[in-house]
Amino acid sequence: MNIIVCLKQTFDTEERVLIEDGRVKEDGVRFVINPYDEYAVEEAIRIKEAHEGQVTVVSVGPTRFEEAIRTALAMGVDEAVLADDPALFGDEFTVAKVLAAIIRQRPYDLILAGNQAVDDGSGQVSVRLAEELGIPHISMVTKVEVEGNQVTVQRDAEGDIEVVSGSWPLVITAQQGLNEPRYPSLIGIRKAGKKPLTHVTLQDLGLSAEELAARTEVREIYLPKPKQGGRMLSGELTNVVKELAEALHSVEKVI
Amino acid sequence: MAKVLVVADIRRGKLRNVTLEMLGAARVIADGDTVAVALLGKDVGGLAEGLGDFGADDVYVVDAPELESYNSGTYRRALLEVMGQFNPGVLFLAHSAIGKDLAPMVAARLGAGQVSDITSFEGKGENLVFVRAIYAGKAFTKVSVRQGLVIATVRPNNLVPAAAGAGKPGTLKSVSVSFEPPDLATLVKEVITKVSTGVDLTEAKVVVAGGRGVKDASGFTHLEGLAGVLGGAVGASRGACDAGYCDYSLQIGQTGKVVTPDLYIACGISGAIQHLAGMSNSKVIVAINKDPEAPIFQVADYGIVGDLLEVVPRLTEEFKKIRV
Ligand SMILES: Cc1cc2nc3c(=O)[nH]c(=O)nc-3n(C[C@H](O)[C@H](O)[C@H](O)COP(=O)(O)OP(=O)(O)OC[C@H]3O[C@@H](n4cnc5c(N)ncnc54)[C@H](O)[C@@H]3O)c2cc1C
Ligand SMILES: Nc1ncnc2c1ncn2[C@@H]1O[C@H](COP(=O)(O)O)[C@@H](O)[C@H]1O
Repeated sequence: MNIIVCLKQTFDTEERVLIEDGRVKEDGVRFVINPYDEYAVEEAIRIKEAHEGQVTVVSVGPTRFEEAIRTALAMGVDEAVLADDPALFGDEFTVAKVLAAIIRQRPYDLILAGNQAVDDGSGQVSVRLAEELGIPHISMVTKVEVEGNQVTVQRDAEGDIEVVSGSWPLVITAQQGLNEPRYPSLIGIRKAGKKPLTHVTLQDLGLSAEELAARTEVREIYLPKPKQGGRMLSGELTNVVKELAEALHSVEKVI
Repeated sequence: MAKVLVVADIRRGKLRNVTLEMLGAARVIADGDTVAVALLGKDVGGLAEGLGDFGADDVYVVDAPELESYNSGTYRRALLEVMGQFNPGVLFLAHSAIGKDLAPMVAARLGAGQVSDITSFEGKGENLVFVRAIYAGKAFTKVSVRQGLVIATVRPNNLVPAAAGAGKPGTLKSVSVSFEPPDLATLVKEVITKVSTGVDLTEAKVVVAGGRGVKDASGFTHLEGLAGVLGGAVGASRGACDAGYCDYSLQIGQTGKVVTPDLYIACGISGAIQHLAGMSNSKVIVAINKDPEAPIFQVADYGIVGDLLEVVPRLTEEFKKIRV
């Protein structure tokens, strides 16, 4: 069984966001595997362990993504493809097209991705990818069971649980709760260095710049206005509670 | 001028407020051009009534048993059919479970640009830009669509809703869609619905949320008491859900629901960034936590350091006095 995982390297969510020359500053920032993609990686490895198969990670992004990809390889992924040719960068439309072009060049049964990238992600790429490939998808998945070429999953629909079934080929997007990702073992880390990591370019994929042109344009990135220091209410509880109720009622007018 | 289509957000047979919020934006952006609403579902025709008065020129209704519960394949087919008939320049969907799934499908099919989870917009025509939060709400960005169809998903409780009084009925257009051959690629076999009490979390004007600090399920009854007095909804952190104090349908944050109430009261929630991603845009934030160093106090407008089990019941009593 051939499993593909779409992986983006993202800012560690805990990092402070600074803006320089209209862009988010990346120097000295800690990067990680996008947490939702990490669930996808873990699930792919578990499925492989239970049913045999091959897990391939595909990524579109700058060469720094290699670090995240190596971590996935160390976790147990077999090989990876990184599209780090800047001619392949754009918006969600572009990324989905590039991922589809990479994936079309190889056999695939199941494609796992995250439901959202935690940096500037918008929860589009995985679903767009399924449409590009002309295959169905099931999003926000918290449980996966594979039997033959049938997949039964549970998905999170705003807190309701939907049990959905489908058959290969299929895109599944991972939601938190799917699993607990493993840490790479020492042996895993040693092996990772020898696993194949292929770099692809616009030409390799037979794509043209025009067909990839981003549909959207970021006009501005800015930080929210710093919040006025909040008011800490202290003293006798009876007074504190009165003070808060009064402020919410008369000053803020929210109750 | 642009023709704008709003996909009504329907949950359990009712229109969510975000539908009127999208309609409000649609009227501004259409700038005199046609505004239409799409109603997709089963037995949804009745929801069309009154939409004209809120500014919908046309209401496209796809009423079919195949649309009884959400399915990617059937809903995509229905929406694409309406799109084909109305041919909008701008398409709005809610950033809800359905909208999040449906919008990128349609965007990919039509090769269109999409801006997700918008909280406001500026300008018209070529200069239409949308504002959205990035990096878990630590930054914002203004994004436009370069050309062609514009698709946006809208975060509830942020845009100004359309006001009634357009004084026209709105033209009803019944659309028939062939679901043959059936799209059986994926099949919803079962839906385990969680009992949701009263107020819809994403639309609530007041949210009282509990975290691991609530200690157990019975602690949530105090929060329900407080929310009840304020006509609000109860929410929770992931910590509280994981601990089994409440259901995951109450979870607020990056993985759960994003809320923007007028008043958010965080009780026993530490304020992890993934939680803040779901509520930091709230207009007024109150935090109750026994740890004065808890990060939630950094985003709070009002903070009380103390044991929530003491503070919450007292607050409930105090608010009662105001509400009468
Ligand atoms: C990929 C990913 C996605 C995530 N998505 C979400 C999400 O959507 N939503 C979310 O909430 N989290 C999410 N998390 C988890 C998040 O990182 C935190 O672990 C979680 O929010 C912590 O919940 P908590 O604040 O209730 O618990 P804790 O961090 O344990 O905090 C409990 C707080 O209660 C206080 N307290 C204890 N007793 C009392 C008392 N008697 N009175 C008053 N205060 C008291 C403590 O001082 C403490 O501050 C996500 C994590 C990851 C990795
Ligand atoms: N540049 C990328 N390379 C590989 N996969 C990506 C990339 N961007 C997004 N994805 C996948 O698509 C999912 C949704 O991303 P997004 O639409 O950006 O929120 C992510 O969780 C990844 O699995």
